[in-house]
Amino acid sequence: MKKELINLIDISKSFDGELVLDELNLSIHENEFLTLLGPSGCGKTTTLRIIGGFVSPDKGQVVFDGQDITSLPPNKRQLNTVFQKYALFTHMDIAENIAFGLKIKNKSKNYIDDKIKYALKLVNLEGYEKRMPDSLSGGQQQRIAIARAIVNEPKVLLLDEPLGALDLKLRQDMQYELIRLKNELGITFIYVTHDQEEALTMSDTIVVMNQGYIQQIGSPETIYNEPENAFVADFIGDSNIIDAIMLEDKLVSILGARFACVDTGFGTNRPVDVVIRPEDVELVKPEEGVIQGTVTHLIFKGVHYEMEVMANGFEWLVHSTEMFSVGTDVGIRVNPFNIQIMNKPESEDEEAAAIET
Amino acid sequence: MKPNKLTDRLLSAPYLLWEAIFIIVPLGMVFYYGLTDRFGAFTMENVVAIMGAEHAKALWLSIALSLASTVVCFLLAYPLAMILAHMNVSQHSFIVLIFILPMWMNFLLRTLAWQTLLEKNGVINNILEFLHMPPLAIINTPAAIILGMVYNFLPFMVLPIYNSLVKVDPNVVNAARDLGANEIQTFFKIIFPLTIPGVISGITMVFVPALTTFVISKLLGGSKILLIGNVIEEEFTQAGNWHLGSGLSIVLMVFILFNMVISAIFDKNGEGNML
Repeated sequence: MKKELINLIDISKSFDGELVLDELNLSIHENEFLTLLGPSGCGKTTTLRIIGGFVSPDKGQVVFDGQDITSLPPNKRQLNTVFQKYALFTHMDIAENIAFGLKIKNKSKNYIDDKIKYALKLVNLEGYEKRMPDSLSGGQQQRIAIARAIVNEPKVLLLDEPLGALDLKLRQDMQYELIRLKNELGITFIYVTHDQEEALTMSDTIVVMNQGYIQQIGSPETIYNEPENAFVADFIGDSNIIDAIMLEDKLVSILGARFACVDTGFGTNRPVDVVIRPEDVELVKPEEGVIQGTVTHLIFKGVHYEMEVMANGFEWLVHSTEMFSVGTDVGIRVNPFNIQIMNKPESEDEEAAAIET
Repeated sequence: MKPNKLTDRLLSAPYLLWEAIFIIVPLGMVFYYGLTDRFGAFTMENVVAIMGAEHAKALWLSIALSLASTVVCFLLAYPLAMILAHMNVSQHSFIVLIFILPMWMNFLLRTLAWQTLLEKNGVINNILEFLHMPPLAIINTPAAIILGMVYNFLPFMVLPIYNSLVKVDPNVVNAARDLGANEIQTFFKIIFPLTIPGVISGITMVFVPALTTFVISKLLGGSKILLIGNVIEEEFTQAGNWHLGSGLSIVLMVFILFNMVISAIFDKNGEGNML
């Protein structure tokens, strides 16, 4: 495992008496693309601002490269931020914007000029030195904001929903651009977003947050395929979350039907939550399925058909390239590997957190 | 309903009429009187009269006192506007109220009140005498006039600066801090440059009325200190020489227009045009 660069230790923060972060612990490694993902109000932006130094935690420590920087002002921290609405200096041209941090540090003119050229090349905006920020499109402004941050050679780049204001196509292009940038620069990116697709596309590690708590930390694959609780399953992608009973190891009863699965260690006859992704639900002839149902809705989505199947009192969401028209009787089958078993929330608090999504 | 041109024109008619009667016509009369002599013949004499020793002295004194009070207003207003901009709404409306309250009172009354306060046997000196302290002798001096100007025109400096300060995106300030600037560097490199339009508006809104005032100088400067406004006023009301009064007004207008042009160049976004 790579070296730990940032450690957040027992961070708590409340605004106007409302707890936003509750004893949060998080380690961020060198050269990692880490995404804080969650719905608005989950504490992800506050976490980023605490790392950046714009918000000081009520309790806890921020450790950067082995040093406690909890009370260090933002200008003394070796990291830079790309803000949500770009936050360019509108009274300066592009070159002056990019040079801002370097001039503060009294770098030589040659050094600064070289850096401006290098940064503009890196973000594919060569020759824009004399333009004013207002004359640039949103995507271009965001690239300048990135250029302005990275010329300072930070060890960590903080990105606060940087693509939020861009349209879909541009957002997708910028996602690839950010991955490229991160690989070229070889620095740590900490990225905040509420967009699960963005998080899945770019991250090495995703931290799913809700109501001030970390719900799950893991790679995009782990988060998607093995969500630890109903909140994560529901927030990341579409899913069927069903009450079930774990009969014994590798056998679960879903809506009264017995499904083979691969999970063990849940005990016998224990109530659990089961997650099945809609693309993992196989529709077959009624007699071939484990349970039988009827197609109630059908929508063409381009890549696949989205269907809803009423079976044993549950409306199953199904994605399939094969079409079954409304009213068709079908059987449902699921590959044992695609059944993800999760513990039921134990306390009422956790329950509430899971439901309010 | 889509407004058409005809209704637009009809709706603006009362204002246009008002403008014609009370702005265009008087302005035309000022130019007519200013550029003619008693017999109606064209002359530049009334305008050139500004070069005369006494008139020139009054003009320069006016400019000097207006500039001084503009500078004082700026130095007081900027920190105040910053405090206001950083306050939360409830505190903030209270402070604004304190500031705006005097503005609801008549301008003449406020200035008369200062006269009563500052007079040789006025309120302030009575208190000082009671406390066995030396009396204050600033009535009828340029200092009293500057005081009056600052007092009356300060809100016109505070509001446009406040307006442009609250428009500065907090993230832009954060970005500057993030890039290594300390608080002082952030202020001089980011916050102040971004509020220059507001400052320029404030300067215009203080400098122009200060330059043309005759009430403040008359009430607080006694008859000893003549500003260009007083000279013009006397030509109209006492000497009855409308031609000379208009000619000098034209000169003053040139100064004001110059100031307006500068302010328009800086304030392209109309940020200071709240009042």
